[in-house]
Amino acid sequence: MDYSQFLALKQEIGLLIVFLLVFLYDTFCSPKAAKSVPVIACVLMAAVTAFGFWQSCQPATSAFAGMYFSSPVIVAIKNILNVGALIVLIQSLKWANSEFTSIRRGEFYELILLTLFGMYLMISSRHFLMFIIGLETASLPLCALVAFDKHRYESHEAAIKYVLTAVFSSAVLLMGLSFVYGIAGTLYYQGIASAIHGNMGVMLAVALAFVISGFGFKISLVPFHLWTADVYQGAPTSVTSYLSVISKGSAAFAFLVVLTTVFGSVYEAAWEWMLYGLIILTITIGNLFAMRQKNMKRFLAFSSISQAGYIMLAIVGNNGMGVSALMFYTLVYIFSNLAAFGVIGAIENATGKIEMTDYNGLYKTNPRLSVTMMLAMFSLAGIPPFAGFFSKFFVFTSTLNGTDSTALYVLVLIALINTIISLYYYLLVVKAMFINDSENPIATFRSACSERLGMWICVAGIIGLGIVSYFYDYLLTVVA
Amino acid sequence: MDITIPILILAIPLFMFLLLGLGGVKMSHKLAGTLGSLGMGTVLVLSYYTAFTYYFSGNPEFIDGTTRLQYVVFNQTWLQFTPNLAIKLGFLLDPISALMLIVIPTISFMVHIYSLGYMEGEKGFQRYYAFLSLFSFSMLGLVVATNIFQMYIFWELVGASSFLLIGFFYTLPSAISACKKAFIVTRFADLGFLIGILILSFYTQQLDFLPMTQNPQGVLASFGGATFMGASVLTWALVLIFTGGMGKSAMLPLHIWLPDAMEGPTPVSALIHAATMVVAGVYLVARLFPLYMLEDAALMFITVVGAATAFYAAMVACAQIDIKRILAFSTISQIAFMMVSLGVAAKDNVAIHEGLGYMASMFHLFTHAMFKALLFLGAGALIHAVHSNNYTAMGGLRKYMPITHITFLIGCLAIAGIPPFAGFFSKDEILAACFHNNWFWGAWMMMVAAMTAFYMFRMYFLVFWWNNPDYAKEHHGHLPHDPGIAMSFPLIFLAIVSTVCGFIPFGKFVTFDGHEYIIHLDWAVAGSSIGIALISIFFAMWLYAKENDKPRRMADSCRWLWTAAHRRFYWDEIYLFITRRIIFDGICKPIAWFDRHVIDGTMDGFAYVTNKASVAIKGFQSGKVQMYIWWYLIGAVVLGLIVAVCVL
Repeated sequence: MDYSQFLALKQEIGLLIVFLLVFLYDTFCSPKAAKSVPVIACVLMAAVTAFGFWQSCQPATSAFAGMYFSSPVIVAIKNILNVGALIVLIQSLKWANSEFTSIRRGEFYELILLTLFGMYLMISSRHFLMFIIGLETASLPLCALVAFDKHRYESHEAAIKYVLTAVFSSAVLLMGLSFVYGIAGTLYYQGIASAIHGNMGVMLAVALAFVISGFGFKISLVPFHLWTADVYQGAPTSVTSYLSVISKGSAAFAFLVVLTTVFGSVYEAAWEWMLYGLIILTITIGNLFAMRQKNMKRFLAFSSISQAGYIMLAIVGNNGMGVSALMFYTLVYIFSNLAAFGVIGAIENATGKIEMTDYNGLYKTNPRLSVTMMLAMFSLAGIPPFAGFFSKFFVFTSTLNGTDSTALYVLVLIALINTIISLYYYLLVVKAMFINDSENPIATFRSACSERLGMWICVAGIIGLGIVSYFYDYLLTVVA
Repeated sequence: MDITIPILILAIPLFMFLLLGLGGVKMSHKLAGTLGSLGMGTVLVLSYYTAFTYYFSGNPEFIDGTTRLQYVVFNQTWLQFTPNLAIKLGFLLDPISALMLIVIPTISFMVHIYSLGYMEGEKGFQRYYAFLSLFSFSMLGLVVATNIFQMYIFWELVGASSFLLIGFFYTLPSAISACKKAFIVTRFADLGFLIGILILSFYTQQLDFLPMTQNPQGVLASFGGATFMGASVLTWALVLIFTGGMGKSAMLPLHIWLPDAMEGPTPVSALIHAATMVVAGVYLVARLFPLYMLEDAALMFITVVGAATAFYAAMVACAQIDIKRILAFSTISQIAFMMVSLGVAAKDNVAIHEGLGYMASMFHLFTHAMFKALLFLGAGALIHAVHSNNYTAMGGLRKYMPITHITFLIGCLAIAGIPPFAGFFSKDEILAACFHNNWFWGAWMMMVAAMTAFYMFRMYFLVFWWNNPDYAKEHHGHLPHDPGIAMSFPLIFLAIVSTVCGFIPFGKFVTFDGHEYIIHLDWAVAGSSIGIALISIFFAMWLYAKENDKPRRMADSCRWLWTAAHRRFYWDEIYLFITRRIIFDGICKPIAWFDRHVIDGTMDGFAYVTNKASVAIKGFQSGKVQMYIWWYLIGAVVLGLIVAVCVL
């Protein structure tokens, strides 16, 4: 066996080392020293992130008889996920050291690192067995994370709902994959692709529908999204923010890889239209529900559902630009959503308040938090010059890139109309903070150092990515 | 050339804007003013360094034998829309941008220092310095633009900062309406600019200046002789681009905003509305001059607009009372000189007399910036002393304010074109260029030059001589006096520059093709222009040196003309009539009705339907996990069915 192929897994190995170090330290250190576990985890994660960027120019390689594949694009998406995970870890520092969480803070960091490892495998796999392993490695620890606040009733409920739906979706996905195996006789992406080339049949249609619905669960596409709101609301805020950006972003990228490399040949015959319908449903229904939410986390859950629909726009065009557009969208979405969750988490940690009406008059008492939240909302709604505008713009462009299909133009038009609806509810938050008066506003408080650091990174990302085009150009060159 | 310094030239003012704009509230006035001035001082040093390196280093990047080259320091893609359409930000160093790198920081720095005294104690002092930095940043970005879109971006930014500064005293209704007027009029003109850019880039597939200006024939070829309404499309594009210049440079009929812009603080008028921003239109034409050379019709348009504006503004300036308005109209007239000079610089695709007009225009831009800034700052000192803008409140001030008097006189001599002051040299070249093109333009501009000398000295005598009012009584015992050092220093500095800068062998540095041009004074033109200027000055002296009723009798003998000129030939009234009566009543009201009832109604309908739909589907999210699974299954089956049906 050629052991040098392990070198292709540099990022995975780095992550595993971090996980092991944190795990060992957490297990064997004195209870007093355990206080520093979160900080150590953050520092090590930052090191892995930096390492990933340093390693970003390695050529495409594959390992383990082609089951594992790595290329500059894949390194880039992993880097993006790393940045997001790092921000989540930083923002969780205060929560991890809080009264109820502190006895198991190490677990939080270890589980997060493990799920990230699973997502890496999911993205890099070129064989469905490997893929399923990655998927489950990413899913199971997430169930534990959702149930992390075990003294809270909602947390249990959320975890049960998440487990049941996850198991069911895994079953459906596996069912679909077994159909695929039945058609192709192999589980290698490449082998399946050549086997189904020009062989569109009913069996493949059913298989594809099952596979897509399996992914639809992870990315929370309508109608596979119903768990989202309950789980986002019930889970601890740090976990919710992780679920909404990292889990979703990695699944979206894996979805793109599977659809284009495995099922690329049946694009027009099959999945273009499946996705087409899903996108319209997802964006519209996500928006319609988001309009009526009172709880901030639930509100962001529905907003993240409709954002998932926008991400899918990058896939439905099925062209090279979609890859860079999807990656850029994920990156911008990481910054924007984590800024919003950062504010929500800071306020929740300080006062325990989570309803939108609690935010009335926030600007008068906590102007900086309000401005951060406003920037996040503007970016999510896609108002220039903030990053969200450009990510939406590139996604729309990628859908229409080199096509003259009227249907796709109609799709983008529907997405545009939905942007206006989304503007309404994003601005509701801004209105609450800046315009609505409150007799009992949230008192002025100073958020923890770590929370502020996280928010500063996000704000810098929202503004910087909007003004400086360097990163999108970088992604373009990586994809090309 | 290293790119650090060019980047710093742009980054420092931007940083200062952010620093003073965001953190200014917590600073003392003194700190904010010092920081702003220090920042601008640094930019001054760096731009001088850059410009002098460009002109004198003899580096093969910048000069090839005796020909000056255009050098792109950097040109970074900022936003790549499609392979053909990318917006870039860059730094172009060529004779005219290096010239502007001297002019803008010099004036801006002087204004920064002057404002330390002039704006002392004003509310919003920090905001004022933040805006000055923003303006300097925008103007520098405009002149070094490597492509027309970058220029457009910064063009709008200078417009915005001009808007902010005119409306600086935002509690005054007149300042508010003036800043709105300035913004709307220039913005309206910029619409033409944008359309022009779009046409030009549509045909040439190009936004960068250099590929266009270095290969004008290629541009001509890319248009392929397309015509529209009797003129070639290229002419249309160039005229539309020039429209943007007409707005910024206050050419007839888009000049109406500039006199009102004098509501802003006087140093702002000196910086933006006399020396830098208003010459952006001239700069734009100069930048694209090789393209304008291709189309005589476009050049003719520029010449006619410029000549008409020069004459009109000079007429109006003779009948104004407010000294800042006189200077404003004088600015309009002088910019028109530069425009005419560009307009007459070429004919039949050939630069006349080695492009003398182009060189003269840039020369006049340079000298005018110096002496007009001097005059405005001088006017600021006068206003500071007597607390009024009108010359009727002044008179005999030479005794009280010697420094202001001498420097103001130097400014007046310079603009009137008396040697050895700067204006003489540049204006003489412009007149010579006009005569080289056509005797008519020469004679016309000579007449305007005579009027210039007259109205400037009319103001000078009315302010510093005329009568001797009892200031002590009017100002509760305070006599008018010269301003402090912060305000005097810029006056003295600019007066010295205005005296000596005419002797710069300008043709060595700035010519339209980069070749050296040796300036020969055409004594026939120079002599007659000096003669006419002197006659005008003596005429003004005869009328205004001592209080008498000659001016009133003269005005009475021709009352209608005086009134018409005083009311600026009713341009504002015409605009108001057109906008209020025709556009508002005739077009806007029906549109407003349509908007309110049809469009808003439709939108309300959408909102209503959305809201209803949102309520209707509430039950979907039941909270029961069994239902979730059912929906999941239904979704998967329907997906499969869709495709299965399609396949079968």
